[in-house]
Amino acid sequence: MPSIKDIMETMEYGPAPESNAEVKDWLAGHADGISHFIGGHFVTPEGPMTTVINPADDSVLARLTKAGADQIDAAVKAARAAQPKWAALGGHARARFLYAIARHVQKRERFLAVLETMDNGKTIRETRDGDIPLVARHFYHHAGWAELLESEFPNHRPVGVCGQVIPWNFPLLMLAWKIAPALAAGNTVVLKPADLTPLTAQAFAEICADVGLPAGVVNIVHGDGETGALLTGHPDVDKVAFTGSTAVGRLIREQLAGSGKKLSLELGGKSPFIVFEDADLDAAVEGVVDAIWFNQGEVCCAGSRIIVQEGIAESFFSKLKARLSALRIGTPLDKTMDVGAVVSRPQLERIRALVATGEAEGAILHSAPAELPAQGTFCAPGFFTGTAPAHRVNQEEIFGPIATTLTFRTLEEAMQLANDTRYGLAATIWSQDIDRAISAAARVKAGVIWINSTNLFDAGAAFGGYRESGFGREGAREGVLEYLAPVLPGSRKERSDPKLVPTFAPRKTKHDVPAIDVTAKLYIGGKQKRADGGQSYSVTGKGGAIIGHAALGNRKDIRNAVEAAAKVGSWANVTGHNRAQVLYFLAENLSQRRAEFESLLIHSTGASSKSAAAEVEASIRRCFWYAAYADKFDGAVHTTRQRHVTLSLNEPWGIMGLVCPDERPLLSMLSLILPAIAMGNSVVAIASQSHPLVATTFYQVLETSDLPGGVVNLITGLREDLAKTLAEHDEVACIWYCGSAAGSAMVERAACGNLKATWTDLGHVRDWLADTEGQGAEYLRRATQIKTVWLPYGE
Amino acid sequence: MTSNPVQQAAPLPSFERMTGTRFDPSWFEAHHVNLSATERRAATLTTRRTVKKDWQAAWLAQAITCIDLTTLAGDDTPSRVQRLCAKARQPLRDDIMAALGLDALRVGAVCVYPTMVAHAVKALEGSGVPVASVATGFPAGLMPLSLRLAEINYAVDQGASEVDIVITREYALTGQWSKLYDEIAAMREACGPAHMKAILATGDLQTLGNVYKASMVAMQAGSDFIKTSTGKEGLNATLPVSLTMVRALRDFREKSGQIVGFKPAGGIKSAKDAIAWLILMKEELGTRWTRNDLFRFGASSMLGDIERQLEHHVTGRYSAANRHAMA
Repeated sequence: MPSIKDIMETMEYGPAPESNAEVKDWLAGHADGISHFIGGHFVTPEGPMTTVINPADDSVLARLTKAGADQIDAAVKAARAAQPKWAALGGHARARFLYAIARHVQKRERFLAVLETMDNGKTIRETRDGDIPLVARHFYHHAGWAELLESEFPNHRPVGVCGQVIPWNFPLLMLAWKIAPALAAGNTVVLKPADLTPLTAQAFAEICADVGLPAGVVNIVHGDGETGALLTGHPDVDKVAFTGSTAVGRLIREQLAGSGKKLSLELGGKSPFIVFEDADLDAAVEGVVDAIWFNQGEVCCAGSRIIVQEGIAESFFSKLKARLSALRIGTPLDKTMDVGAVVSRPQLERIRALVATGEAEGAILHSAPAELPAQGTFCAPGFFTGTAPAHRVNQEEIFGPIATTLTFRTLEEAMQLANDTRYGLAATIWSQDIDRAISAAARVKAGVIWINSTNLFDAGAAFGGYRESGFGREGAREGVLEYLAPVLPGSRKERSDPKLVPTFAPRKTKHDVPAIDVTAKLYIGGKQKRADGGQSYSVTGKGGAIIGHAALGNRKDIRNAVEAAAKVGSWANVTGHNRAQVLYFLAENLSQRRAEFESLLIHSTGASSKSAAAEVEASIRRCFWYAAYADKFDGAVHTTRQRHVTLSLNEPWGIMGLVCPDERPLLSMLSLILPAIAMGNSVVAIASQSHPLVATTFYQVLETSDLPGGVVNLITGLREDLAKTLAEHDEVACIWYCGSAAGSAMVERAACGNLKATWTDLGHVRDWLADTEGQGAEYLRRATQIKTVWLPYGE
Repeated sequence: MTSNPVQQAAPLPSFERMTGTRFDPSWFEAHHVNLSATERRAATLTTRRTVKKDWQAAWLAQAITCIDLTTLAGDDTPSRVQRLCAKARQPLRDDIMAALGLDALRVGAVCVYPTMVAHAVKALEGSGVPVASVATGFPAGLMPLSLRLAEINYAVDQGASEVDIVITREYALTGQWSKLYDEIAAMREACGPAHMKAILATGDLQTLGNVYKASMVAMQAGSDFIKTSTGKEGLNATLPVSLTMVRALRDFREKSGQIVGFKPAGGIKSAKDAIAWLILMKEELGTRWTRNDLFRFGASSMLGDIERQLEHHVTGRYSAANRHAMA
């Protein structure tokens, strides 16, 4: 041991271990294995055991059994049994429980921090100052939502039983993000922690028991991916929430297709970290420390692609290298460590393999010079220079403490590089120029944007991704909505298959002869286009009479329509007022042609004149309603931290696919198109298969309504075939489908490719005439995605 | 417990006294400081690092060697200064020194008003503790330049080997950087062999951007040290301000190759503060900047708290102020 004199020479930090004696006692008390927590009971572990390892020293912390179908069944049953009572308790009573949980977490903060550090390998500083305080904050915040639920979310009900699967990188925090909103909203849960990091979930179950949470409200089952799949696939689960890899998220999306279960996915990322030349470079360097060198880089939203303006790149890289050399890597329970252990050996090997790929591709790795401990799974933090967008390390999530770097010349190029990814979870922007910073924030496609800061979280600000980073939000009002369902009036009727099955050959049926033969076409890019396949189908109306012909669209027409929609530049950026003007004009023109549409509806659908008149009238009113909302569906400013403006913006998806039903062909089509375009999306709509002439007549209205070409594209033809192509299209970000139950499943499955958000009605007929069902805030919400922007300020 | 390599106790690298550079606004004009990010970094310096047990004792002993033991009050008298100097010679009780295994410990300097310099020099004779004098119309500095330069000459004549000057805040607040440069350069010339510490009075400068620019100008003009505060401004030394100054110092070192020291002053009262600033120096500049030729605390009451902490380290009992000789 060095003398005090020696230390005065070296000025070393010396050891500063956090005591883990109490945690060791607790672990000794669980030597028989970590139990499942089902129906308020800690189930004695049975069957083969796996070990839970402390990645910092490879020691065994605990043993774990894997829940099989029986246990999952029991847990779901317990949750189901507990749910009605839990919901019936009311918001205030649930708020008291959530408040008690928050208090208990705080009272045990040191214990939980140490336990998390031992289980995961992350540093005690991070668990103590980051994870655990955020856990408590999340429960406090949601105690508030429980209290306010009835007044803030009228006409909503809890979804029911939630199956939740969480990852190993923030074990207790992800548990909190899942359980707190679910409970606040009156749901019960079955949660499966990651098998690498099950220990704080066990401690949490004990807290639930301590606060007297009613049995079955929280159930925790342990196991690996197989257990997770049993849970997410369980037929009596109403809602699935998953945080983890994009690959597994895709599997769950596929597994749940057509099940009617509500789903939220928080998946991977390859988030850009953009440094402009006018940034505070030292601050941005610390940003990198807090981004990719935080939590061993095992952070889904980590700024892992550092994109630096060329003029300052060399200087920035040399500052980064200097900063790397001051990082301390080692025993995570030591309070002076910046970087702890990677969660497991396979994860470390995965990181190493990807880093080796990067080097093989010609990039130069700059690593922290610190010596790594001999035991445990440690990885030296670092960054690559000399990478190109095409390199694998720029495309794949490394999920380790290694960033890539790219350089740019202009804002334009920075945005191209930033958005050149399948993901869209987060982005960080460093610039002291407010115009530049905010214009970059507006243009990056990501769910969370941090300006001059990084990795800030708060229960009051929504977190979640764009693109293949998933859908759904956690935190804030939006996070609560993920655990609620609208209360719909009446019983739901099954939708029948389209009654018109296209035939292409000339038919001998008697024509209801129009004065001049009208050739209905597709409407693509603001122009009437012939179908690519050169085919039309006969449209029969009341009594089987042929009332005209519609173009038979095929997959190439879908392709062309999506291309046209993609070319629309300015629609999302024009003011809400301007979009409202177009919708009012649409109403005006529709009104002028009221008689024509009424007659067409009568002839095509066989509706009574009264019913047809009501449909046209409702369509006009709907134009007004969405015109009214075009400039009123605003975002919010959240109260998060001092001297921070935290904004949530409702951004359009970009391109939406809409699949229209047969019922109420004019009104249902407008009910889908209007919210989408009011919010700034461009749409490709597949018209009612049986009543396509309504759509083709409607495009004449569009043509006279100042709508920019390509904002609305209308395709007629075979609904299911066209819907499949549309649902598979990677350029389409969201699809709404109103067809059959089987079609809903097909669409949800087809949407897996780019993990587009879906809204299907599982083949239930909607009452389009009713304002409660045919329009509303849910349409607007589902036509947008939330971007949260963090902007700290002060001089 | 720690895995990082043990640093070898190498002889201190020496360096040439800095000379300053020509006035070059391009070194600071395009520089940006983000307040909230600076605050975040400052706040996590002490949550990322800590020292315990013997390491804490050693760091506190090191802090003592960096203290400019200061009295700058209107009622200073020769005997008050003599008392301070006696404490400077022997900042820690002998038994604590022995228990810590230390045989000699001196503060960095004694800092007084110019008329007290002669008394301090006499009282410190043979101790090796230098005398620092404030000068240039401390604390406001609003005197004609000729008088301020004359005051420097006086202090140096009296035997001050270090001079703590104040800058004209007006020049910083109105962006007259070349005027500020000229004035400080003249002061450096007047200091001659005495080392010059430039007090930026950061509490008056308000923004971190101003702090950075003023730091850079003071270094270009030849300041051996840059110092935060007189102790008389509304806002004293803070970690975010210090972080901004040491980053400027680092940038200056990179651009000029010259070595500059740093002195936070005012409001630094506790042993905990001492550790926090030492962590800042080590993390942002390196271990070399934890030595008293490159780092000083301007503090008067901090020593008392360090003494109590060190006695606690030795005895395991919490200590009381009256057990330690007053300054």
